[in-house]
Amino acid sequence: MSENNVLLEIKDLRTYFHLDEGVLKAVDGVSLTIQRNQVLGIVGESGCGKSITARSILRLIPPPGKVQGEILFHQNGSSIDLAKLPPHGDQIRSIRGRNIAMIFQEPMSAFSPVHTIGDQIMEAVLVHEQVDKVEARRRAIDLLRLVGIPLPERRIDAYPHQMSGGMLQRAMIAMALALRPQILIADEPTTALDVTIQAQILRLMKNLQAEIGMSIIFITHDLGVIANMADEVAVMYLGRVVEFGTVRQIFRNPQHPYTRALMQSIPMIGRTRGEKLASIQGTVPVPIDPPRQCGFADRCPEFIAGRCDADVPPLIETEPGHQVRCVLYESERV
Amino acid sequence: MQSNGSSEQPLLEVRGLKKHFPIQAGFLRRTVGYVYAVDDVSFSIPQGKTLGLVGESGCGKTTLGRCIVRAIPPTAGEIWLHVDGQSIDLSGLSRNELRPLRRHFQMVFQDPYLSLNPRKTILDIVGEPLRLNNIAEGKALENRVRELVDMVGLNLKYLNRYPHAFSGGQRQRIGIARALALNPKLIVCDEPVSALDVSVQAQILNLLQDLQRELGLTYLFIAHDLSVVEHISDEVAVMYVGKMIEKADTRKLFTNPQHPYTEALLSAIPRPDPDQPLGEIELTGEVPNPASPPSGCYFHPRCKYAQERCRVEAPPLREVKPGHWAACHFSEDLELQGVGG
Repeated sequence: MSENNVLLEIKDLRTYFHLDEGVLKAVDGVSLTIQRNQVLGIVGESGCGKSITARSILRLIPPPGKVQGEILFHQNGSSIDLAKLPPHGDQIRSIRGRNIAMIFQEPMSAFSPVHTIGDQIMEAVLVHEQVDKVEARRRAIDLLRLVGIPLPERRIDAYPHQMSGGMLQRAMIAMALALRPQILIADEPTTALDVTIQAQILRLMKNLQAEIGMSIIFITHDLGVIANMADEVAVMYLGRVVEFGTVRQIFRNPQHPYTRALMQSIPMIGRTRGEKLASIQGTVPVPIDPPRQCGFADRCPEFIAGRCDADVPPLIETEPGHQVRCVLYESERV
Repeated sequence: MQSNGSSEQPLLEVRGLKKHFPIQAGFLRRTVGYVYAVDDVSFSIPQGKTLGLVGESGCGKTTLGRCIVRAIPPTAGEIWLHVDGQSIDLSGLSRNELRPLRRHFQMVFQDPYLSLNPRKTILDIVGEPLRLNNIAEGKALENRVRELVDMVGLNLKYLNRYPHAFSGGQRQRIGIARALALNPKLIVCDEPVSALDVSVQAQILNLLQDLQRELGLTYLFIAHDLSVVEHISDEVAVMYVGKMIEKADTRKLFTNPQHPYTEALLSAIPRPDPDQPLGEIELTGEVPNPASPPSGCYFHPRCKYAQERCRVEAPPLREVKPGHWAACHFSEDLELQGVGG
């Protein structure tokens, strides 16, 4: 992987919320790189910090949240540290949408209900680029066609409530692509959709990615979706990346006890019927003033007293490109 | 595991069930049409078995479940419950007639956050059915609640806590404990694990299976997640726009589907394996509006095998192979792809 292929570098990202009860460490030292034309999958359960990581990149963290660390966005030979920009400033606002766009789980809540789909897609174009309304409308129709909405010339004047969930998700993708961003952040984009519509949207995203060449950060809790979409996968637990590797490394050779438990706890068609699923005991804790230890220690079947609860384990590279945050692999460091 | 002989009477038998919701419009709220949410559905579930009911949103699976527990009255059809040597048709009974029978059938809901009263303690919530039916009170009630809470794997020291103190998985256990309070025979589970995290989902699925084995429960398991349904069900039924379009033993339905919609549904499941990409069968378009379904077979506008006959003639649900029912004119002629074979 050559240097100039790296589009975004997240270094030691810490997003903390200072609450009355203590410091909620939603993201606690995450480092990731996003390569050009690659899909980075972030997978984890609710509360693992995957969505907060994504929102931190765009500086969409509401107070009392604070973003620390570095988020280096490389473009035309120069780099901007997004973590240092004021969250309401002009600079981050021009990057949002133009360079890095985001789509959400609930398309209904991402659109204003009182404006047409077309107006909302055109708005992005009109704000960021010097074009007139006729041109912006033409571009909006092209985008709706690109994402497979039938009769785009008519649907452009539809209001969000007139469209189905799948169509609205397509429209949101069209809106996100309006300015040809280099990075698309997709936060559970298909979770609210039916399985056949999900398959349509996943195919659409793959085709668009190949066609227009962009990087995608794909966030989901669904291991099936991540296996289909991602080139590289980061598994998150309690604010940290506990395992990172290519999609094959993660699914063929999961190493972290959490990743392994997650894989064993999902029903597999044709393999687990009638059998007992391996479940992970307990529930995900809330990371308010968490102790300095492995976040999974309390639930881990391979917990070693005095080691796992002594400190946060380091990320250990066990094979090229495959990293695990677990003391079990300390002797296997390559 | 005994094979279910046909001489054995099923626990639940549904015949020709229909639920039509009127569409009202205009100032006078005149009925201008009907949504055929459930349209002539028949099936049965043997005692101690699980029937999985799948389909996409709007297919009528939740409405069907709600009709069976008589949360809503069906428009037509029969719902026979065969318990304690008695046979009761629930479909036409009034609220008062239903009250003493409700202990036989209970429901577990999808959203563990909305289905528990936030102002009541766990003791109140789980004990409520016992109190309302005058089955127990005081110390006896508390003892029964303790037994139930223990049975679903919750710590007994939580008895006086309120729902907000619990995680989603724990709340779902509370909902299950409440459903079990009156020793029901049938439990309708409506998306019981879809709001839960993956690791917690496995705990609840295991719990449901353990309880079924211990208490001989019969489940109607409604879900949209096909991997979950495959895991837990003995038989699976697929619904599309209010109609049951296929029903068979779980393994047969998944490995050898007989309806093109089932084939497409199976093909769309994202498998947790990077070397098993999404199936090639792409379903275009969307589920039709149940208020104005297409002519003939409701699936024909999206079906890649559709022929002229499909456009005009609605296929009945028929036994295309022993024990395998499908509503397709061409089941015998098609070579449909399954999964997990």
